[in-house]
Amino acid sequence: MIVADRKPLVEIQEMVANSRKILVIGCKGCVTVCNVGGLKEAEILASSLRIGRNKNGKPMEIDETVLERQCDPEYIAQLKDKVGNYDAVISMACGVGPQFLSEAYPEQKFFPAVNTKFFGGAVQHGIWEERCAGCGTCVIHHYDGLCPIARCSKSLQHGPCGGSSKGKCEIANDVVCIWDLIVRKKMEQGRLDDLRLFQPAKDWRTARDGGPRRSIREELAS
Amino acid sequence: MSELKSGSNLEKVLKAGHFAFTGECGPPRGANIDHLKEKYEPLKGMVDAVNVTDNQTAVVRMSSMAASALLVQAGLEPNYQMVCRDRNRLAMMSDILGAYSLGIRNMLCLSGDHQKFGDHPQSKNVYDIDSMQLISMVKKMRDEGKFLNEDEIDVPPKMFIGAASNPFGDPFEFRIYRLANKIAAGADFIQTQCIYNMPKFREFIKKAVDMGLTEKCFLLAGVTPMKSVGMAKYMKSRVPGMDVPDEIIKRLQGVDKKEVADEGIRIACEQIEEFKEMKGVAGVHLMAIEWEHRVPEIAERAGVLPRPVI
Repeated sequence: MIVADRKPLVEIQEMVANSRKILVIGCKGCVTVCNVGGLKEAEILASSLRIGRNKNGKPMEIDETVLERQCDPEYIAQLKDKVGNYDAVISMACGVGPQFLSEAYPEQKFFPAVNTKFFGGAVQHGIWEERCAGCGTCVIHHYDGLCPIARCSKSLQHGPCGGSSKGKCEIANDVVCIWDLIVRKKMEQGRLDDLRLFQPAKDWRTARDGGPRRSIREELAS
Repeated sequence: MSELKSGSNLEKVLKAGHFAFTGECGPPRGANIDHLKEKYEPLKGMVDAVNVTDNQTAVVRMSSMAASALLVQAGLEPNYQMVCRDRNRLAMMSDILGAYSLGIRNMLCLSGDHQKFGDHPQSKNVYDIDSMQLISMVKKMRDEGKFLNEDEIDVPPKMFIGAASNPFGDPFEFRIYRLANKIAAGADFIQTQCIYNMPKFREFIKKAVDMGLTEKCFLLAGVTPMKSVGMAKYMKSRVPGMDVPDEIIKRLQGVDKKEVADEGIRIACEQIEEFKEMKGVAGVHLMAIEWEHRVPEIAERAGVLPRPVI
């Protein structure tokens, strides 16, 4: 899923400092699963903004709602009677949400309440980690299901670099050296020869480097 | 002497069977040519080639290509370092052509320290290709006369291709295979990370010899004399992939404070003496960090002078 973090309250307060009527929209997709942008979090954000404004003697009107998904025009359309009534609309979805909203309602100002971070999952309650870089050409079968493109700090295809130490990456003690895991797994399973193979320079055209991407399924699009 | 690939002095020295001795020069943090000169002047006649570092530790410095070219002008042979952190394949190939046209004949292909350590941690990290692919690319440009896309090069750059090896990185068991991969990708010579743990290095080089790697490639053992106890402790605890045994620190602590630097040089010279006799070691790469002016003394004490002229 897409993992995001809530922006600091101060940053959101500054974004909407001049707005008197605000709508906060949660999303029931990924951001609900990672506890950052569902209905509950939308309500918490709305309360925090309300309390802050009341304290400063600048009260405002604030409502909250949630959509099934903010990355789907079908659900975005459900807001058509609502959005025109607000000075500011805050989206708690990943970066896709405020853009789909802006595209559907060009007259309305939308603000992001979260920082979208990565594709990953929860490794334990409250901790999420990156697993995929969305490079568009999956190569994890070469590395026993572990992705060095996303998980090596240098995206090395022939690791580990000289900075790998005791299973950790050179950049920080709490970052796992994915190449250490790949090598150990290959050694344990007697398949070290896999790592003697040369991987040619990666074709990044399928990644963001090739420009903004589209995915077209003819059978659905026609 | 087998056929020369680049005709660099380093290549000639190694192929003639001499014990090679290379040095290092970090370009200045500015366009201060006088400072660069202060650093390279003491290396003249003391080493076979001078590694010119490429924004080492991810700190901005004068470009390694420009500094290498200035060394060429001054009559020193550079070993032009290039890291994968800051450039994509277009910039790299372009720089390799540029470097060759400026008289640069040796290259060291490296991954590079992550920018998180450096003075611009906000920067984007490129890593379009990795060090293995860089080695292979330089070889392709030289031997096939082609760019990565298979287009012909009008006058291919003939580089003597170097790569790094850290025998002390983890997992230790895999390091020898990574070295083998770099040689298979096209490395002509290898310079190792600074060696302090001699027993571990002996184990590593024995494996390299047993696997026939040192027959295919020249391996230069990395030596950095300790300047102080603080430096030794820092390298032990703060530099990833560095293995500094406690005995080294104890030995430095065991001498009078004024004698620590001298003791550091003594340890380095003892290592160099052993490397001269060690099967599979073709030379020493001396990384006298910000200590270029002490290189003549170290070279003298290490008994590697005069350098061969070929």
